[in-house]
Amino acid sequence: MSLLKVHNIDTNIDQYHILQGVSFEANQGEVTVLLGRNGAGKTTTLRSIMGLNPVRSGTISFKNKEIQTMATHNIANEGIGYVPEDQRIFSGLTVEENLKVAMKKKDEQTQKRFEYVLVLFPDLKKLLYKKGGYLSGGQKQMLSIARAYVNNCELLLIDEPSKGLAPIIVEKVMESILDMKDKTTVVLVEQNFIMASSIGDKFYILDDGKTVRNGKMRELKEDEALRRQYLGIA
Amino acid sequence: MDAIINITINGLATGMLIFLLAAGLTLIFGLMDVLNFAHGALFLWGAYAGIWVFTQTDSYLLGVFAAVIIGILLGYLLERYIILPVYGNHIRQIMITLGAMLVLGELVKVVWGPNVMIANTPAILSGSWEFSGILIIKYRLFVIFVGLLVFLGLLFLLNRTKLGLVVRAGVMDKEMVQALGINIRKVFLGVFILGAAMAGLAGILLGPYTGVVYAEMGLEFGLLAFIVVIIGGMGSVVGSAVAALLVGILGSFASYYLPDISLAVNMLLMLIVLIFKPSGLMGTKEAVK
Repeated sequence: MSLLKVHNIDTNIDQYHILQGVSFEANQGEVTVLLGRNGAGKTTTLRSIMGLNPVRSGTISFKNKEIQTMATHNIANEGIGYVPEDQRIFSGLTVEENLKVAMKKKDEQTQKRFEYVLVLFPDLKKLLYKKGGYLSGGQKQMLSIARAYVNNCELLLIDEPSKGLAPIIVEKVMESILDMKDKTTVVLVEQNFIMASSIGDKFYILDDGKTVRNGKMRELKEDEALRRQYLGIA
Repeated sequence: MDAIINITINGLATGMLIFLLAAGLTLIFGLMDVLNFAHGALFLWGAYAGIWVFTQTDSYLLGVFAAVIIGILLGYLLERYIILPVYGNHIRQIMITLGAMLVLGELVKVVWGPNVMIANTPAILSGSWEFSGILIIKYRLFVIFVGLLVFLGLLFLLNRTKLGLVVRAGVMDKEMVQALGINIRKVFLGVFILGAAMAGLAGILLGPYTGVVYAEMGLEFGLLAFIVVIIGGMGSVVGSAVAALLVGILGSFASYYLPDISLAVNMLLMLIVLIFKPSGLMGTKEAVK
């Protein structure tokens, strides 16, 4: 079942026409990966879904409800969590406070999610009272994912979680996303093809602000020519 | 020695008054990225409305209530109709809030006349205590006490409540707070009104402290509050408190010992802080960005 449906969206940032017809669908319980070279429009696509870069035309439906004209906070409250490219944790707040900003309810379910992310990322449990600014890159990434998830989200948009991280940390982050897959649907933007192909169920390739190819991840794994053409990798 | 103690108490009281004005301004600056040059007008209207009600009713408490209410009301109108259309544009913010400051300053003269308004000290707070030959004026201690109370209240709000957590997060990254499902506009309005209420309170507190209120004091104290915000660090309430006390005490000593350069002392202090710590005493680099 399709949880998120992005149909032919166009987005401008200042005078630049960044997205020129991006379309894709994310099915419940799957990891959908957006691939493409730098500047293809992957990050802008996620920001457009969140309403941070409002779309000029096209539609975005989440649980069959159009959300493209909604304010960012309302989009988030529909059940979409966002993990930005540069993590953007609140560096002056402790790990616990970073999580608590996102926890809008005090119900049992939210508490369970809070406990779950601390089990998923044991590093965060140890650093609960440490300020975000003192965390390593990997720990910041874990906190950013945990913060998005703890807010009762059904769909997680994750932007390049492996960027700038050591391979061993990338592996940890990858494992955590796989673990969360049972509980939430994921749209992942990722340049690291090894990571993307290991956890992705299906892929969409973006090029020059348009969706140019899509399919099952195993098809892309087997199609070297396609990878070379759009991703520049063998 | 008694002169030094008296000057210090004066400085602390002045510092607390400036703090009440600067605390709201620093949060508005840090959280909303708004340069509100009309903040002094809220202080001015708080002073006039409060003192007027106090004079008419002979109740200082009612005067305080009126000052806070007028601050809240004007703060709401200012945020909704003057500042909301210019979010994200500093040049327009400076122009329009400076204009609002001038208009509100002139309106005070229309409502209460062009002359200064005499502000008496409430009977219960008038007079002084004498300790070992040192006279301590009761009202000044009262101002220090109220300032301290507001400071502690703000610290509690910011550090012990969910709203405070959201405000602190918002000062660091507004966009991310919205992406977590929080309506930052509502938080903006709440913070703006809180700042306006504190400005109104500072206004009525100043009246009996100086004995008169006058239309130009809005701009005068508004400028001082801006200096304090810059010295303390944008968005930092503790920074504002420290800077306000520094400015208040330094100003008092300078007026007593070096009256010719007393006005330059605050500017000099700001200059030194900006050279060695451009983000202010307790400001973060994020806030400067």
